[in-house]
Amino acid sequence: MRSSSAGHARASLGLKIAAIGGLLFLHVPLALILLYAFTTEDKSYQFPPPGLTLQWFAVAWERQDIWDAIGLSARVALTSTAIALVLGTLAGAAIHRSRFFGRETVSLLIILPIALPGIITGISLRSAFNLAEIPFSFWTIVLGHATFCVVVVYNNALARLRRTSGSLVEASMDLGANGLQTLRYVVLPNIATALLAGGMLAFALSFDEVIVTTFTAGQQTTLPIWMLSELVRPRQRPVTNVVAVFVIAVTFIPIVVAYYVTRGTEHVAGAGK
Amino acid sequence: MSTAFAYERSGGMGRRVSTWLYLHPWFLLLLLLAPPLLWLGIVYLGSLFSLLLQSFFSVDEFSGLVVREFTLSTYGELFSAANIDIIVRTASMAAAVTVAAAIIAFPIAYYAARYAGAKAKAVFYLAVMLPLWSSYLVRVYAWKLILAKEGILNWFFAKLHMTWLLDALLATPVIGGTSLSVSYIGTFLVFVYIWLPYMILPLQAALERVPPSVLDASQDLGAHAGQTFRYVILPLALPGMVAGSIFTFSLTLGDYIIPGIVGSSRLFIGQAVFLHQGTAGNIPMAAAFSVVPIVIMGIYLTVAKRLGAFDAL
Repeated sequence: MRSSSAGHARASLGLKIAAIGGLLFLHVPLALILLYAFTTEDKSYQFPPPGLTLQWFAVAWERQDIWDAIGLSARVALTSTAIALVLGTLAGAAIHRSRFFGRETVSLLIILPIALPGIITGISLRSAFNLAEIPFSFWTIVLGHATFCVVVVYNNALARLRRTSGSLVEASMDLGANGLQTLRYVVLPNIATALLAGGMLAFALSFDEVIVTTFTAGQQTTLPIWMLSELVRPRQRPVTNVVAVFVIAVTFIPIVVAYYVTRGTEHVAGAGK
Repeated sequence: MSTAFAYERSGGMGRRVSTWLYLHPWFLLLLLLAPPLLWLGIVYLGSLFSLLLQSFFSVDEFSGLVVREFTLSTYGELFSAANIDIIVRTASMAAAVTVAAAIIAFPIAYYAARYAGAKAKAVFYLAVMLPLWSSYLVRVYAWKLILAKEGILNWFFAKLHMTWLLDALLATPVIGGTSLSVSYIGTFLVFVYIWLPYMILPLQAALERVPPSVLDASQDLGAHAGQTFRYVILPLALPGMVAGSIFTFSLTLGDYIIPGIVGSSRLFIGQAVFLHQGTAGNIPMAAAFSVVPIVIMGIYLTVAKRLGAFDAL
């Protein structure tokens, strides 16, 4: 790879300031949440905090309603991720391996649940449940979540399949492996980390989803729904702050893992096609 | 591994099945496609269709019950002045948010694409991905802390002795209000903040595909930096920008949580849908209302496709 010529090597000061300013805009609010989790002020959002304390972490730990919400969110996210992994990988493989009539339509259909505003997915599902007289339950939430999680897995799987060289599969066949063996020993190991990343992101997406969930949950409280009710009618602000920090931590981990397992895959072995 | 192959060489069920599938690629394709298509077809398209269907029902004015008969009266009601107001307000907000997001995103994407080394690039990527994937509600919540009267923004302006500037801004008709957290400015800020990462990523992908030689050529041919930007970089970055704008526009169009938490009491499309289906129990009206963003996005996606945005996703 050619390094850029001397005239291009340094960014102008203005560009640097604008880029760093933009990143600060993205991160300062998150840092503030962290700060507020330690504030001693519990009636307002006073800045700067009058004092710092760890007591709210203990208070939040004792709250059963928070644990219940976390439990429900985790179960929903795990189930939806499992469904999305199967459906997304199948769809990715189908779109990758063949050109067929309606291929564009299929890929549009997969993207549609996130391309259209979440409220439409939500209210469509709700009205369908109404028409079909399906009562709200754990599974109605999963049904909605899995639908928009498919696209994340699909994108990751498809991107990796495109980078994996077709000649690897041909070589495997030439060496006498049948289709299933090729799948097991060649294709799956090649796309495994992409699936892991897709699954992680699907989990994060589902764990955090609120718009669709408000329509499909009935009386159940997932963590985002708990959070939303606290946002609309704050009861114990510092506890909400602590939960917010927890949510940030829970979603950061899968993202960082997803990043590290897919990093550098532009140069998969045998990808020089 | 090689022994595993050797054992199954001479035949067996697996080999016969895989050979048959290899000879009948259509069947294999069907096998792969059927589960996701059935799921999306039944769960998603089925639901969308049922929503569309209900928009042609109406609500009986006296009993308040849904009448399951075909009628266009709900759509007639949709185009009342008050509702048009809601639609225009939402679309203008979506457009403003999209433009602002593109302006803020460009330097970040450009720096990351052109100047950042391998390490800095990784930092930039994570710095954009983390807010993108971290909790939507928590990020909205952060702005509630920031925009509060006793919060950091007012404190910051007071420290700089610039409270007059903030007051002047809030005194502006339409976009102003009694405080930031109940004004359109507040809603706008939160929207831009929440959807910004969706603009950065496709924009950066598009900018990374601009070959440096093209920029060198432009310079060699006598264009100054501004001209290179205007006639070379911008047109090449446009598909990425349009791809990003699909997200910023569509997400703003359908959001009902942000304007409810930060903003004036005037409704956005999402809130109208939510109110109609919830407290009012007017599902047909809610359905008709949610067709509006679908139609707007349909037009938007058609134009975006013409501009080559899908290749930049």
